[in-house]
Amino acid sequence: MPRAGRICIVRQSMAVYGNFTKRSSTALNLGTIVRSFIPCSLVAAMALQLAGCGNRDWNNPYPESETNQNIHYSSFFERPKHLDPAQSYSSNEIEFTGQVYEPPLQYHYLKRPYELIPATTTEIPKPIFVDKDGHELPANAEADRIAFSIYDIHIKPGIRYQPHPAFARDVSGAFLYHALSPAQLDHIDALADFEETGTRELTADDYVYEIKRLAHPKLHSPILGVMAEYIVGLGEFGATLKSEYEKLEKAKGEGFYLDLTQYPLEGASVIDRHTYRIKIKGKYPQLLYWLAMPFFAPVPQEADIFYTQPGLKAKNITLDWYPVGTGPYMLTINNPNREMVLVRNPNFHGEAYPSEGESGDAEAGMLKDAGKPLPFIDRAVFKLEKENIPYWNKFLQGYYDTSGIASDTFDQAVRFDAAGEATLSEEMRAKGIRLVTTVQTTTSYMGFNMLDPVVGGDTERARKLRLAISIALDYEERISIFLNGRGIAAQGPIPPGIFGYREGAEGINPYVYNWVNNVPQRKSIDAARQLLIEAGYPGGVDPQTGASLIINLDTTVSGSPDSKAGLDWLRKQFKKLNVELVIRGTDYNRFQDKMLKGNAQLFGWGWNADYPDPENFLFLLYGPNGKVKFQGENAANYSNKEFDALFVKMKNMDNGPSRQKVIDQMVEIARLDAPWIWGLHPKEFGLYHAWFRNAKPNHMANNTLKYKRIDPELRSQKRAEWNAPVVWPLWVILIVLVVATIPALVTYRRHETRVER
Amino acid sequence: MINYILRRIAYAIPILIGVNLITFTLFFVVNSPENMARMHLGMKHVTPEAIDKWKQDHGYDKPLLLNSAVPGSAKVIDTIFFEKSVKLFAFDFGDSDDGRNIRHDIRQRMWASLAIAIPVLIVGLLINITFALLVAFFRATYIDLWGVVLCVVMMSISGMFYIIGGQYLISKLLHLVPISGYDTGVEAAKFLILPVIVGVIGGIGAGVRWYRTIFLEEMGKDYVRTARAKGLSEVRVLFRHVLKNGMIPILTGVVVVLPTLFMGSLITESFFGIPGLGSYTIDAINSQDFAIVRAMVFLGSVLYIVGLILTDISYTLVDPRIRLG
Repeated sequence: MPRAGRICIVRQSMAVYGNFTKRSSTALNLGTIVRSFIPCSLVAAMALQLAGCGNRDWNNPYPESETNQNIHYSSFFERPKHLDPAQSYSSNEIEFTGQVYEPPLQYHYLKRPYELIPATTTEIPKPIFVDKDGHELPANAEADRIAFSIYDIHIKPGIRYQPHPAFARDVSGAFLYHALSPAQLDHIDALADFEETGTRELTADDYVYEIKRLAHPKLHSPILGVMAEYIVGLGEFGATLKSEYEKLEKAKGEGFYLDLTQYPLEGASVIDRHTYRIKIKGKYPQLLYWLAMPFFAPVPQEADIFYTQPGLKAKNITLDWYPVGTGPYMLTINNPNREMVLVRNPNFHGEAYPSEGESGDAEAGMLKDAGKPLPFIDRAVFKLEKENIPYWNKFLQGYYDTSGIASDTFDQAVRFDAAGEATLSEEMRAKGIRLVTTVQTTTSYMGFNMLDPVVGGDTERARKLRLAISIALDYEERISIFLNGRGIAAQGPIPPGIFGYREGAEGINPYVYNWVNNVPQRKSIDAARQLLIEAGYPGGVDPQTGASLIINLDTTVSGSPDSKAGLDWLRKQFKKLNVELVIRGTDYNRFQDKMLKGNAQLFGWGWNADYPDPENFLFLLYGPNGKVKFQGENAANYSNKEFDALFVKMKNMDNGPSRQKVIDQMVEIARLDAPWIWGLHPKEFGLYHAWFRNAKPNHMANNTLKYKRIDPELRSQKRAEWNAPVVWPLWVILIVLVVATIPALVTYRRHETRVER
Repeated sequence: MINYILRRIAYAIPILIGVNLITFTLFFVVNSPENMARMHLGMKHVTPEAIDKWKQDHGYDKPLLLNSAVPGSAKVIDTIFFEKSVKLFAFDFGDSDDGRNIRHDIRQRMWASLAIAIPVLIVGLLINITFALLVAFFRATYIDLWGVVLCVVMMSISGMFYIIGGQYLISKLLHLVPISGYDTGVEAAKFLILPVIVGVIGGIGAGVRWYRTIFLEEMGKDYVRTARAKGLSEVRVLFRHVLKNGMIPILTGVVVVLPTLFMGSLITESFFGIPGLGSYTIDAINSQDFAIVRAMVFLGSVLYIVGLILTDISYTLVDPRIRLG
């Protein structure tokens, strides 16, 4: 037993002391040894006891009181910049805001393809289309007839906010902490220092308030630009707020509250206590996906008033660091320098674990908790862990419940079987760890700058050159060498899991691949060389110079061995065509500048899905999104009139055969023009300990903590089994040190004797 | 002495202005306000308007060093450099570019840095002096020879090796302490043992060699020969005379680093998950947060100057022949 083990060690150390004490009366030099040894031993023993004080596992980084508790342990690599739902966008931020805030909609946890379901609403809102005169149009009206789409969103009554001091009131009903005095602030260092908390019901005003916050002049919402294109009046509303804020700032100085409720916004209005309306320009079905993001989560006005107090800002107590929501968890400790702790929200309105999923979920045990109330986990502790090695070792010791796999630990964790399938190594299997792999809704590609005179443009010469390079770059090899097989070669811009992606023979890029034996096979290098001849570069020779054609790759260079090897591999791929690849390495800032100015020729880029709609990938090739001309996300500056026209048509269509047909046409155009070397879609490898249940990767949902379950008893048992302290090497080291001092002592005695003579 | 200290403080002002100017120049050679805005706004859907708004709100919409559009002294005053620098001299660090109060963060994080730096300094000092005395005592013997060889070997090994090796051996194989992490109060002890051991061991090579040189130099002096001639034992000579006089350069060397202990260690804090000021600075550089970078460089310069002044003062305390005038 672990605890008994500790007692044994104490006894062992006492026995060692006893032996040396016994001998001390017989030998002078050994007496010196003992005198030096005992303090060393005591220090070592005390240190060890202190380290293990009260813990069964000495290396347990968590307090003993947390053993056997229903706590999920995870980590974060860098501190989140923003937890204000109007500002936070990064995945490391949404990991927290997603558990605290509840936007009106959410994704079904288990079903694929991804499906939206209500979160706080009674149903998925259906738009009403009206023309420019305000007349209602049928649901299947042509997009160009639709002037506005009106979404009436009904929220469930009775939903309450987490306990929070912003809601606390005194007996007279006045807010306790909305006008904090310096004396009150003296005793406040964290949100937990407020003695009183309160709550109230979620209302439609809170959702409208948050939409208005997107345009707040002091918040920098990353989606303001996008939303201003769609939400009626949001751009003008932002301008109004800015001028009003400047006026008030001149009068009041910094740190005042700007009451957004005083300024009407046509595109977002309250209908009744539990209904609000969003008015959109034209037709924009993707709005529903945005409604599943924290940008559209409710923010109570009381919280904004509370946090705007300057005294709190100086202590880093702001809405940006202490969110206030109705979700299953509340952030009680936010020390982004060390740890962040989510605790079950006692006021959570309740929700049940899904009772249906995709095929295979029931067999995988994902439906065992069907219908049970959420959330399952009481607390989630996130520790700052900046380096991979400590994180990985802690995972193996059982101190983190889940882990990804870094390149340097891949061989330790994963083996490929004869069929090429990834399986766990013996060591991982012995620990009961599970491996779950999924292809991410991400695309990582190399783009040609279509404004470049050599590789760009819509000439046949440039197109064939791009295609030849696309064939020559063997992405299957790249995935195998540099990603340990964690990815699939892309056939187009749309990754698996997104509507529009096609599997099998009909999904391959026929300009780069052949369909052979039921798998895509990259065309031979001879096909690429032939294309190069047709492009006017026979044997890879540029006729203008008489030397090998030179292609410049602009990239950020990290200087790591992996990065260097990757670039060497790229040069080798181009060498197959006798084309010289010149790497123009630079820092990220310079790279961004080059991209904005169109100074790159070939570059690496990527995109993570915001929402599971093909529009979110195909817009990366839409002409009016060109980076150089319009500062958009079309980094290749690709422009094809036919593609652009189809994009406008496709983006407003509902998923179905007609939309699929349009997408197929668009993908075909893009494949033929080859503005990108389509690259790869990364595969996520997740490792889960046996005690961590209901884990199913969901690349769209960000509120998945509530579905997870922990078996704390099993975890404690395994931790004790894996982390029994090993102390005998310490005694060996001590003995070696003691033995090593004996010749020194002998020398010392000789020296002293010589001096005395 | 008061005059001397006041003079040194006055000298410090142009030095700090220079340091601030160099930091500013180096930072903006690599980063532009547009890059900073992009970094803080995220990489998706960032519009030129959003970038302009961010720059305006954070005071990066003005010329860097010279505003030729305005007359008189405003040419210098109405610039990013002046506006961002002048408050530093009142130790008003303001907010980081992501909105957190820097002073609050520094006050919170310096304790974690000190929690490692002070034990490493004290324990390291004791161990280094002990080993240096031992090696000096056995000078010209195999202990001296192999001791110096060992020191050179230990000096040659990268600090990263000690960290990763220590984590592997002590935490992963022996399961004696947590691999990384931090806590406050008594709970902090179990997290500090390993970084302190690693810090001490990593410093032994250089420390012992330096102190050994100091002790050997002292042992060759006349007063030591006199002490031996008086019939004092070697141990007494070593501890009563050599150690006492050898401590003068050691202690003054320690005094100069005392203030900078606040600044923490970049690699140690990063690997052990210690939320100190070392990792604060490196995070700020990575996220292009100029507000934190300039505050930390300024603070580091001030502390270094304070350290030098304290060193001068400590000389007068340990050596009565020195007077500050």
